Amino acid sequence: MRLGNILLEMRNITKLFPGVKALDEVNIQVEEGEIHALCGENGAGKSTLMKVLSGIHPFGTYEGDIIYQGTECRFKTIKDSERKGIVIIHQELALVPYLSIAENMFLGNEQIKHKGVIDWDKTNSECAKYLRMVGLHENPRTLIKDIGVGKQQLVEIAKALAKNVKLLILDEPTSSLNEQDAKNLLDMLIRFKGEGITSILISHKLNEISYCSDKITIIRDGKTIETLVKGKDEISEPRIIRGMVGREMKNRFPAREHNIGDVSLEIRDWTVFHPLFTERKVVDNVSITLRKGEVVGISGLIGAGRTELCMSVFGHAYGHNISGRLLLDGKEIHLNDIPSAIEHGIMYVTEDRKGDGLIISDSIKHNISLSRPAFIAKNGVIDQDLEAIKGKAFSAELGVKTPTIEQLVGNLSGGNQQKVLLAKALFAEPDILMLDEPTRGVDVGAKYEIYEIINKMVENGKSVLMISSELPELLGMADRIYVMNEGHLVAELPNDGTATQEKIMGYILRDSNREISDTQNQTEGVTQE
Amino acid sequence: MKKKLQSGNLKEMSMLIALIIIIVLFAILTKGTLLRPMNIANLINQNAYVVILACGMLLCILTGGNIDLSVGSTVALVGACAGTFIITWKWNPYLSIVLCLLVGIALGVWQGFWIAYVGIPPFICTLSGMLVFRGITLLILKGLTLAPFPTAYTQLSTGFIPDIRAEGITLFGTKLNLLCILVGVVIAVAYVVLQLKNNATRKKKGYETEPLVSMLIKMVIICAAILAVFWKLAQHKGIPTVLIILGILLLVYNFITQKTVMGRHLYAIGGNKKAAELSGVKTKKMMFLAYTNMSFIAAIAGLVFAARLNSSSPVAGQSFEMDAIASCFIGGASAYGGTGTIGGALIGALIMGTLNNGMSIMGISSNTQQVVKGLVLLIAVAIDVLGKSNFNLSGIKAMFSGKAKTAEKKST
Repeated sequence: MRLGNILLEMRNITKLFPGVKALDEVNIQVEEGEIHALCGENGAGKSTLMKVLSGIHPFGTYEGDIIYQGTECRFKTIKDSERKGIVIIHQELALVPYLSIAENMFLGNEQIKHKGVIDWDKTNSECAKYLRMVGLHENPRTLIKDIGVGKQQLVEIAKALAKNVKLLILDEPTSSLNEQDAKNLLDMLIRFKGEGITSILISHKLNEISYCSDKITIIRDGKTIETLVKGKDEISEPRIIRGMVGREMKNRFPAREHNIGDVSLEIRDWTVFHPLFTERKVVDNVSITLRKGEVVGISGLIGAGRTELCMSVFGHAYGHNISGRLLLDGKEIHLNDIPSAIEHGIMYVTEDRKGDGLIISDSIKHNISLSRPAFIAKNGVIDQDLEAIKGKAFSAELGVKTPTIEQLVGNLSGGNQQKVLLAKALFAEPDILMLDEPTRGVDVGAKYEIYEIINKMVENGKSVLMISSELPELLGMADRIYVMNEGHLVAELPNDGTATQEKIMGYILRDSNREISDTQNQTEGVTQE
Repeated sequence: MKKKLQSGNLKEMSMLIALIIIIVLFAILTKGTLLRPMNIANLINQNAYVVILACGMLLCILTGGNIDLSVGSTVALVGACAGTFIITWKWNPYLSIVLCLLVGIALGVWQGFWIAYVGIPPFICTLSGMLVFRGITLLILKGLTLAPFPTAYTQLSTGFIPDIRAEGITLFGTKLNLLCILVGVVIAVAYVVLQLKNNATRKKKGYETEPLVSMLIKMVIICAAILAVFWKLAQHKGIPTVLIILGILLLVYNFITQKTVMGRHLYAIGGNKKAAELSGVKTKKMMFLAYTNMSFIAAIAGLVFAARLNSSSPVAGQSFEMDAIASCFIGGASAYGGTGTIGGALIGALIMGTLNNGMSIMGISSNTQQVVKGLVLLIAVAIDVLGKSNFNLSGIKAMFSGKAKTAEKKST
């Protein structure tokens, strides 16, 4: 064991996405045989950095150097990096449910007799060997769909071992594990250190990070902030949080007149179950109020149930077995489908503008009018001239930069697409607008314009419910902030100067730790069978 | 405006040019037989069912490249119903036509229910329909063919609209059908007037208008085409009845797809189903309507085809679904949904029809014809796919470079 040797160095990595700088001169050094944690908020650039390292973002699409085992590497594909022993395990596991453990383990790396004929005996015996190494006692022939998520995570690791891994990258490996499984996994990583396997661990769970990692690199807004070394620097949750959120707040948010009126929407005792895993609660007894002229923020990690809450309110667009009451201006309403939600003046703007929001292959004007064609149609026949006028007006109002509204949305920049998405929502003339990460993947200038649009909405007496993973954005825009965690509402903070990024982050993380131990008791009963 | 022309209409334009080239080519190869008045009337009668089916198929394809495999069997089943009602039970032909259309709608409701509300993939559901409806047809007809239909019914497909003046009219030394000439002129004039009126109102309201020159050129070409077709038809027996049916269907479905909220929703579902849903489009209802409509359209085609055959045959309509699907794709509909027009589907159907007819006149065997038609479909869609990647052949390049790489790996 040559501890102290630099295994990997990433130097001045810069990665641009259309309109956004995802990574800005990031530096990271990983020593051989250590566990190196990577911390940062959602969207800070951790995953992007690891994608650059593993060749998912190929050489040439980023700037900077990757030096691995003393030589400069130019990975064009995942295969290139895997050949060098760099294996990444994503948060969303990449296993094929209807193939066996052994088949999954050697997928793309099949044990071959000769000329493409698979050697099944070797496949299964090799698989069993690697399964023993990760302490998983399962038949290699068992199908992936028949084992739990915790075991699937172990299969992923065994798969990495089968590729002769030297540097193992784990993206949120414990996010779907209970406490015991999570601890086993971390202990295994510590054991691997002795076998010469270095790990990079991306995690939000600070207790886990302080438990097992030797070094912690903190990334914020695509920049390396600092690297904390165990035994040298103080490693504690408040210290890490300070690094994660401690950015300066300048004039990034336009001012607005605060003129808060009566309650417009009240969500009471809202509970939603997962549409596929129908016994899993994704939103648990959440109550939220929204006033006229108010921007209300919802903070939380990915998977905290924020999107699920808003979408289920939006005419049951998500979820199963939804219960709870909705009061609009004091009157109870039932929104069983999306058209009725839109008719009641409630609109939801998705976080995934390309996937769920826009019709990329269609024009700006058709996209805008889609949310409420009744406004431009008579007896179901569209007045195309009126559509053009309205489309032009909305597109100009929101400052979409385009020569013509006939332009295909796919040809616009991210910021302009986001504005079209907002224009589409505003076209329906909503009183209550639920915005899900409204500035994701949008550059600073366009962000400011989007904030101005939001301000204009609420100044006209509308209500805005804004989901955001960027704490400064919530603090800059919201009048009140709710914090959600694993489906629960865990805090409500008035944004009167007492709310700080540290405080919110504290709620998010502290509760996520508590939640683990809570749910563990429940899940243990289930898994023991 | 320019952008839209480039992306959306490019393929349609190129297919229109291809159609013209094919027509000219076969006119030369058949030494003018293709463009003889009688053959033009034949061409329309022969291919009416493809155009009719393509109108319905396009709506299905718009929703996301979904196709309906059952239309051939629906055509046969509706034909069998028509035969049973009219020939065996001697019912009134007009009442029977209405009943047959209802049968078509019922078949559509059946398939639409499974596809939209149960979530069976359209391919599988309509494959089942293809087998089930064909089987029912055989059961109804007991494997036999019913014939003949009374003239009142066969007029639907093979008849011509009687002239208003028995002796017709003689122009430039040729005897012509007066009604046919008049209708042709009226349509051309109506088209010009509508265009000008539209343009005037747009100008008055301050909207962008098309440049006058391009508008005039377009008008002249379209009017010339209309007049040429009716001129030819007038030299034969006049306007085929089925042309009226075609004209109405084309106008109605063009209107639905281009001008109505329903049409817009169909395009939206094909463009991005999730986004459409979150924008308040009732996607299930739209899928249901698209497939119900498809079977209704297939029923019309079934009635027309039975009238043309002058019989109800248990093997009628075989592989009709393929002709309709091919027409839509040749005419620029995307295999992933969201793009395509009725005009394009018409062009696609005409290309297929002209190829069929031209090669038949030349005496090319139907075996060879299939090969040619298949290749035309492939080439048309390949142009579309390559056009989208800006002709850089990146996919093909990647394939070869990928192969080169693996070869490299093996050698090392």
